[in-house]
Amino acid sequence: MTTATASHDEHHHGPEKGLMRWVKTTNHKDIGTLYLWFAFAMLLIGGALAMGIRMELLQPGLQLMDPHFFNQLTTMHGLIMVFGAIMPAFVGLGNWLIPMMVGAPDMALPRMNNWSFWILPFAGGILLSTFFMEGGAPAFGWTFYAPLSTTFAPDSTDFFIFAVHLLGFSSIMGAINIIATVLNMRAPKMKLMDMPLFVWTWLITSFLLIGAMPVLAGAVTMMLTDRNFGTAFFDATGGGDPVMFQHIFWFFGHPEVYIMILPAFGVVSHIIPTFARKPLFGYSSMVYATASIAFLSYIVWAHHMFLTGMPVAGELYFMYATMLIAVPTGVKVFNWISTMWRGSMTFETPMLWAVSFVFLFTIGGFSGLMLGIAPADIQYHDTYFVVAHFHYVLVTGALWSIIAATFYWLPKWTGKMYNEGLAKVHFWWAVISVNVLFFPQHFLGLAGMPRRIPDYSLQFADFNMISSIGGFAFGASFILFTYIVIDCIRNGKPATARPWEGAKGLEWTLAPKAQYHSFNTPPSRELIKSESQHS
Amino acid sequence: MLDNSEKCSMIALNFLISLAFFANDCFYLGGYMSKLSSVIASSIALISTAVFSEYGLNMTEGVTSISRDIYSLHMMVFWVCVVIAVIVFGAMFYSVFVHRKSKGAVAAQFHESTKAEILWTLIPVVILVAMAIPASKTLIDLEDTSKAEMTIKITGHQWKWQYDYPEEGISFISNLAKTSKNSLKTDNKPQHYLLEVDKRVVLPVDTSIRFLITSNDVIHNWWIPAFGVKQDANPGFINDAWAKVDKIGTYRGQCAELCGKDHGFMPIVVDVVSKEDYAKWVAAEQANAAAAIASATKTWSKTELMTKGKSVYEANCAGCHKVDGSGIPPIFPAMKNSPIANGSAAEHIKIVLHGKAGMPAFKMLGDADLASVITYERNAFGNTGSVVQPSDVKSAR
Repeated sequence: MTTATASHDEHHHGPEKGLMRWVKTTNHKDIGTLYLWFAFAMLLIGGALAMGIRMELLQPGLQLMDPHFFNQLTTMHGLIMVFGAIMPAFVGLGNWLIPMMVGAPDMALPRMNNWSFWILPFAGGILLSTFFMEGGAPAFGWTFYAPLSTTFAPDSTDFFIFAVHLLGFSSIMGAINIIATVLNMRAPKMKLMDMPLFVWTWLITSFLLIGAMPVLAGAVTMMLTDRNFGTAFFDATGGGDPVMFQHIFWFFGHPEVYIMILPAFGVVSHIIPTFARKPLFGYSSMVYATASIAFLSYIVWAHHMFLTGMPVAGELYFMYATMLIAVPTGVKVFNWISTMWRGSMTFETPMLWAVSFVFLFTIGGFSGLMLGIAPADIQYHDTYFVVAHFHYVLVTGALWSIIAATFYWLPKWTGKMYNEGLAKVHFWWAVISVNVLFFPQHFLGLAGMPRRIPDYSLQFADFNMISSIGGFAFGASFILFTYIVIDCIRNGKPATARPWEGAKGLEWTLAPKAQYHSFNTPPSRELIKSESQHS
Repeated sequence: MLDNSEKCSMIALNFLISLAFFANDCFYLGGYMSKLSSVIASSIALISTAVFSEYGLNMTEGVTSISRDIYSLHMMVFWVCVVIAVIVFGAMFYSVFVHRKSKGAVAAQFHESTKAEILWTLIPVVILVAMAIPASKTLIDLEDTSKAEMTIKITGHQWKWQYDYPEEGISFISNLAKTSKNSLKTDNKPQHYLLEVDKRVVLPVDTSIRFLITSNDVIHNWWIPAFGVKQDANPGFINDAWAKVDKIGTYRGQCAELCGKDHGFMPIVVDVVSKEDYAKWVAAEQANAAAAIASATKTWSKTELMTKGKSVYEANCAGCHKVDGSGIPPIFPAMKNSPIANGSAAEHIKIVLHGKAGMPAFKMLGDADLASVITYERNAFGNTGSVVQPSDVKSAR
C-alpha cells in the first residue's frame, strides 16, 4: 500500500517517504493500515498455534508435545486471537473508515492514535516472548482462572500481566479516540441518526471498551499483587475467594464478547444493502438493538459461571437475562434478511462473506441460546460444544465480517480491484473447511469431550480427525487470502470510485484510492442524505 | 435415543451438503468448482455415515432424574432452534435464490415496517418464556440437596481425585489407571483409554447421594455426564450436588475445568452397585483401613518400603518428577541428586506433607504410603538419603 501516493492530493503534503512514515504517522489511513497488518500477522501466528493444537488432536495419544506445552498453545492461541487479531483488526477498520464515513478529515486525537497503535507490537512481542522463557508461556487458558494463574503459574505470568496492561491502554485510547471523532468531528450537517451503522456500532463498542478494559486491568493487577506482594485476593487460605476472580474476569469478559461482534454487525449492515440494492431495513431498530445488546452485555456475566456454586436465585437471574439477549440479536438477523428480501441481489465476494456470516453466526447464536439454559449448561459447560459455539461466533462471526470488510473496502484502500475469481475460490474453500473444522465439535461436546485436553478417549477419535483435517484446510486457505490481497495491492486492475453498483456512503464519494487527506471541507446535507444507506 | 441421533446426523449431513450445493448451484464459478464441491459433499457424506453408525452425536439421557430432565430440556431447545432455523434460513435462501439481479429482480425500496418489527420482537419473547419455565423447574430441583440419604466428599488434587465417605470412615485416592498411562505414546490403546482409574468410587443404587465437592489446590470440576452432575471444586470452599442413580452399572467422567498440566488425565469412574453389594464393599474397605493403620505402627524393612514406594511414586509423583526422577526443570525439579532427597529427612517429610509453591500437599496419603515414597525418593535414582518409617511421618504431621 506504500506505492501510488499523493496523486490525488492537491492541497496538502503527501505521506513522508520511507520507513519513518509509519513510525511517525498521525494519518488515520496509515494507522488503520498498520493496525490491519498487525492484526493479520497475529492472525497467522495464532492460526499457527491452532494448527499445533489440531495436529496433537488428530489422533488419540500424545504424539507431538507434552501436555504442559499443549496448554501453552491453547492459552496463547486464545489470547493472541482475541487481543492481537480480532480487536486490533476492528480498530484498524474503525480508523480507516470512521473519519471517511462521518465526513471528518482525520481522527480527533491523531497523536494518541499513533501511540495506541505503537503500543501493540511491544505488547504482542512481550506476550510471544513468554514462549522462550523458563517454565514456558502462560498455560492456564485465556480466561486465566486463579489460583492456576497465581500460585501455580509459571514465572512468565508477570510478563503476560504487563502485556495485558499494555493491550488495555491501547484499547482504551483507541476507544476514546473513536468517541471523540464521532461526537466532535462528525460533519456538522450529519445528525446522529444519519450515521451509518458501522459508525454506530463502533461508537457503542467504544463505551463497552471504556467500561470493560479497566476491569480487566484490575483483575490482572490483583493477580500481580497475589503473585508477588503477598496479598490474597483469590487465595482462600488468606481469606480471598478464587470465584471472585471469575466474577471480575467475566464482568470484563462478557462485554468483551460484544466488543468483538458489534462492529461485525456494523460491517454486515453495510454490505447487505449494497448488494441487495435496497436500503437497510429497520435502521433505527438496528441502532436500538445494538444499544440494548451493549447494555445487556454488562448484566449477564455469570452465565459463564453456572457451575461455580452460585445460589439458585443467582443462576435463575443470569439465565433469564442471558435469554433476553436473543431478542435484540434476533431483531438484527430479521432485519438483514428483510433487507435481502425483494432486493436485486448479486453475489460478489463481500456479499458471499456477509450472507454466510448471517447463516453461520446465527448457528453460533442458537448454540448460545442452548448454553444459556442453566440446567442444560451443566452438560455443555467446558466441553467442545462450547468450543464449537464460540468459534462459530468469533470465526464465522467476527473474523468473517473482517474478511468481508477487507474485500468490500479494499478497492477504496488501494484504488485497485482484487481478483474476483480467486476470491470466490477462496471463499468456498474457507466456508466449507471451517464447517468441517467446527461443526463436528458440537457432536464431540455433546458426547462428553472436555475442552483443553491434549488427549482423549477412543470414542472421540473420528470426529477429532475430521475436525483436524478441516482445520488444516481452513488454515491453508489463509495462504490464498494473503496472495489475493498482495496481488491486489501490486497488480490489481484500477478500481472506480464506486466499485459496487449499489454502494452508498460518503467514503464512495472519494477518489478510487481515498486521498491521503479527505473531507477537508465537510460534506453538504444533500450529499449526506443522498449517500445514506437507510432512507 | 437412536432416533434422535439419526435425526441429528441427518441435520448435520444436510447442512454440510447444502453448503456444498449452495456452492454448486447458486454461484457459477466454472466447471471445476462444481465438480470439486460435489466431490467434497459426497466424501463428507461417506465419512459421516461410517462415523455416525458407531459414535455418539448427542447428549445421552443418563441414569438420574436430573440427567433426564436436562436431556429433555436440551432436546426441546434444540428442536425450537431447528424450527426457527428452518423458517429464518428458509426465508433467507428463498430470497437468495429468487431475488437476484440475474433473474431480473428489481429492488423494492421499503425499509421499515413497525408491525413486522413489533411482531418479531414479541414472538421470540413468548418462545423464551416458554423455554424458561421448564428450565427454572429443573434448576430449582437440581440445586436442592436436602433430601440426601448419604454423603460423600470429593476433593480434587493436581491430578487425581480423593474420595471420603465420612459416615463409613472410608478414604482413598483415585488415579488414572496404569494401562492408560503406559499407552499414551503407543498405538495399542486399552479399552476405556484415559477413562479408567486404579480405584473406583462405589455407590449404592436407588439412593439419594449428596456430593460435597472441594479442592486442595486449583479449581477442578467433577463431572459424570450420565448423572447430570458437574460441579466446580473450588479450593477453600465446598460445593454440593446430588444424584439418585436408578440403574446398576459403571459410569465414567473426567475433570472438566482446566487444572494444569495433567488436566486431561484425571478421570472419574463410579461403580453403582446393589445396596447389598455396597454394604459388602463398605465392610471390606473398613477392614483394609484397619489393616493399614496396624501396618503403619510397625517398623518396615528398607526393601518393603522401596517396593511400595515405587508404586506410590509412579502413581502420584512421576507425572511431574518423571519415572526416572529427572523432573521437568525448572518448574518440576529433578529427584536425582536433589538436595532435599539427599538432605535432612525432616525437611523432606515436611515438603511432601504440606507442599511448597507449585508442589501440592500430599497429607491425604497414609503414613505407610508417605514413608515408603519418601524412602524411595531418598534411595532410588542414585540418591543416598536415609530411610523413613511410618512413625516418623506420623509424628511430623
